[in-house]
Amino acid sequence: METDTTIPTAGAVLAEDGFWEELVTSALLGTDRRAPAGLAVAPGGDLPGALLDAAALHTVRRRAGLRPGPAVTPPERAPEDPRGPLPGAARRRLDQLLAGRAAPSPAGRRGAAPDLAELLPQWLALANELGYKAPAAALPALLDAARARTDLRPQALQLAGPRGLWLARLNPEWRFALRGAGAGGSLPDPGDREAVRALWDEGLFAERVALLAAVRTRDPAAGLALLASTWTTERAEDRLMFLDSLRAGLSGADEEFLEAALGDRSRNVRATAAELLSALPSSALAGRMAGRAVTCVGLDRTAESPTIIVEAPHECDTGMQRDGLAATPPAGRGERSWWLGQLVEAAPLSCWPRRFGGRDPEEIVALPVADDWQGELHAAWCRAAVRQRDAAWSRALLGSPATPPATGPGTSSLAERAQLLSTLPQEERALWVASFIAAHGMSEAFQLLGVCEVPWAEPLGGAVIDALDIAREAGSYPWSFSGVMGLAERCLAPEAARQLESLTARPDEAEDVSPGAGGYWSEAFQRLVSTLRLREAMRAELTEPAL
Amino acid sequence: MNAMGVRWTADQVLALAPDDASRRAGSKLGTAGPWSGTGRGEGAVWGRCKGSGRVPYRTVVDTTGPAYLCECPSRKFPCKHALGLLLLQASDGAAIEEAAAPDWAGQWLTARRGHAESAVRKSGGGAAGGPADPEAARRRAERRAARITSGAEELEQRLADLLRGGLAAAEQPGYGLWEETAARMVDAQAPGLAGRVRELGAIPGSGPGWPVRLLEECALTHLLDRAWLGVDRLPAPFATTVRTRIGLTAPAEGVPVRDHWLVLAQYDAADARLTTRRIWLHGTTSGRTALLLSFGAAGRAPRLALPVGAVLDGELTPHAGSGRLRAEPGEQFVPVEGPAAPPPGGPVGAALDAYGRALREDPWLDSWPVTLSAVVPARAEYGWQLADADGREALPLTPAAQSRPGLWRLVALSGGAPVTVFGECGHRGFTPLAAWSPETPGETVPLI
Repeated sequence: METDTTIPTAGAVLAEDGFWEELVTSALLGTDRRAPAGLAVAPGGDLPGALLDAAALHTVRRRAGLRPGPAVTPPERAPEDPRGPLPGAARRRLDQLLAGRAAPSPAGRRGAAPDLAELLPQWLALANELGYKAPAAALPALLDAARARTDLRPQALQLAGPRGLWLARLNPEWRFALRGAGAGGSLPDPGDREAVRALWDEGLFAERVALLAAVRTRDPAAGLALLASTWTTERAEDRLMFLDSLRAGLSGADEEFLEAALGDRSRNVRATAAELLSALPSSALAGRMAGRAVTCVGLDRTAESPTIIVEAPHECDTGMQRDGLAATPPAGRGERSWWLGQLVEAAPLSCWPRRFGGRDPEEIVALPVADDWQGELHAAWCRAAVRQRDAAWSRALLGSPATPPATGPGTSSLAERAQLLSTLPQEERALWVASFIAAHGMSEAFQLLGVCEVPWAEPLGGAVIDALDIAREAGSYPWSFSGVMGLAERCLAPEAARQLESLTARPDEAEDVSPGAGGYWSEAFQRLVSTLRLREAMRAELTEPAL
Repeated sequence: MNAMGVRWTADQVLALAPDDASRRAGSKLGTAGPWSGTGRGEGAVWGRCKGSGRVPYRTVVDTTGPAYLCECPSRKFPCKHALGLLLLQASDGAAIEEAAAPDWAGQWLTARRGHAESAVRKSGGGAAGGPADPEAARRRAERRAARITSGAEELEQRLADLLRGGLAAAEQPGYGLWEETAARMVDAQAPGLAGRVRELGAIPGSGPGWPVRLLEECALTHLLDRAWLGVDRLPAPFATTVRTRIGLTAPAEGVPVRDHWLVLAQYDAADARLTTRRIWLHGTTSGRTALLLSFGAAGRAPRLALPVGAVLDGELTPHAGSGRLRAEPGEQFVPVEGPAAPPPGGPVGAALDAYGRALREDPWLDSWPVTLSAVVPARAEYGWQLADADGREALPLTPAAQSRPGLWRLVALSGGAPVTVFGECGHRGFTPLAAWSPETPGETVPLI
């Protein structure tokens, strides 16, 4: 019956039941003020009792007669996700990692148990690599985790897949997942010209950035063409972001466009265009820079031994400014050295061997530099080597890992050294950092370790363990090395657990070491070992053949 | 039958945890690192866990109970060490090896199991378990009944006064009737009435339509008062229900039911005085739905904990009254392997019918356990609803269920397609407690 259909929410009242309304009104005002019409009171009975009797009867009758309400249009179905489900053990591990996420270790002492939150990124990356989809019931926790930690977002959203996006659309708290849905699959296929065109013309800024990056990755020329088609109508901030997308797949084919961008109205756009061009050693800009740079830096043949002499530029003319040089130095720096640094940084490194009589980078770096210009010149070369991804120059500027950082060539800044390292092949990086740690210990290795491939290849892993052992024997406290310890938990190869096992024992306290340090070290090593074991188990769970 | 060797899954173990903090603390101990001297055998697991102290805590879990023993001073139950030990066993089958129990574990296990067996013998013996002096017990019961009667009469008087003056007065600040009346009902040894009065106190000003809700609940309280005052004239089963509602719990004296029980849901409700844990079970052979209640003093987790989604072999003894849902578990509850298919269910209309029928035996029921076999969660203007797959009829979710994280697990599991949902269906709407997707029907997804 249509009329009998009502939504059974609390206190819902059948509209036609006037008697019930009467009871409610009387109860609200009080029976002393207003007796309900139509209520029969038994002889000897009181009015409130009769009202409650009638109300009880009505209430039970109403509850017993509740009918379902009309169904609304259901949500559109979530798109199919063809990826395979996680193996059972891995899925339970995910729940555990997501549950552990909310509980960061208390500051200070960390105890012997692994830090689950730190393992989540690795787990997600591996699961994605193996092509699994997230279990549906875990999606809310996964989206919550991604909401709280931006570093997890790309991997978490990839694992969540189309159903994750479907869910995120229903809950405003997960709106972040819909922004720049790079991994989400809502972007058209980069090969679909019409769809790409439509989104490029009408999409939101974030969508357009993601689209340009996707197209550029697949077909650099098509990406450039897409950007060029609307370049003159874009806003300056947008131009800057779009121009940055060209970094991927940069080649000589982009030179003409970039050269034109050197005349852009926005100074930041001009500077970015110049930076990109200078990373193309064969570009006209690189040629112009090389021309300017070699007039400033040369070999003094009059000296007893070959020495580099530097004559910094005397002006920064409009041509130089058009090529991306900033004319005004930051406070505290001299104009001329500022201009020189920029010139050398933007000049192709390939121009120097010719300038220095056919010497290779190592020999050039070893040449003495006259008049205290060495720091300025080497620093500029370091920036150039990073920008141009030049391994030979990076190697020369890093020098031998055994040389103390302060006296070596190139730069003493660890951040810049880490950048130089990142241009070397993985194995060479690991080897260099291993030797560095063997020579100088752990205290300065943190940033360098960060650029090494995970899991750490030998001999790097062994070098780190040895250095930790030495630090322990030297009697310092483990938290002086908490950064490296944390990295080691995430990056050591799980096989290293066996080597570490012997270090987890609590040693007898020697007299000359810091009190209690032995116990803390044993705890720290225990945590390291159990974390490595856990990572091994995680990997095994994910790679075990599905039943 | 050797089902004792079945390992619990990590999910099931985590479901035992009394709260989130223990869940996290237990997870941290679920690795080999802190443990030594571990072993398992005959349905038990034991080990020593290195804590902050110098001597490790000895922990032993009897998985047939389940029951726990740990030397740590924690008041949580099970404690993080017991959880960690079970998690270690769940996550890595090789981590804990079969062994003979050491003395400290063996003694406790023997004592526990011996007690369990003697309890079984006792209940089998029939006459055992009765009070020592039947005459004294009868006099005590009469005295209590008399106090309850005077309490019920007093409550009737107060309700009548309230109705005479008007419910509107109940919204005035400083209206002191509820707490004081609740205390009077505690004095009268009628905890059921005391609880009801406290709930009445929460209604005034609780949102649109509160006078209607207050009148309904006052009327049902009045109905209970009247029923108690005339309880001698009621048919026996209904009289039992009335006594249970008043707070005189009927002993579990029904015929024990042995079955493989699927644990559907476990959740706690706490007030300032008491934590009440409710565990819903479904008998996979008998088709029975049973409710286990376990209580903990304020701030302490109740002792009984079962892993959601597990299938346990064991015996339940039902209580009389209130639809005979409530039951007492036997001492032995052994996990068994096997598919845990969801209980058979029906459309939303049938769920409301079942609630309506249950009201005939117990008009004070707020909800009734039901399974909806193919429903889609959808958002209507007033909030979320569960709609039949044919898109015609729907049940709204209760306001409380709409604000729980479990709602999103349900929506995610469904993805817009029909799922099976177990929950409590009542006059406030539907509270989903567990769900199953057709793709993974053996996996119980807890929603609370």
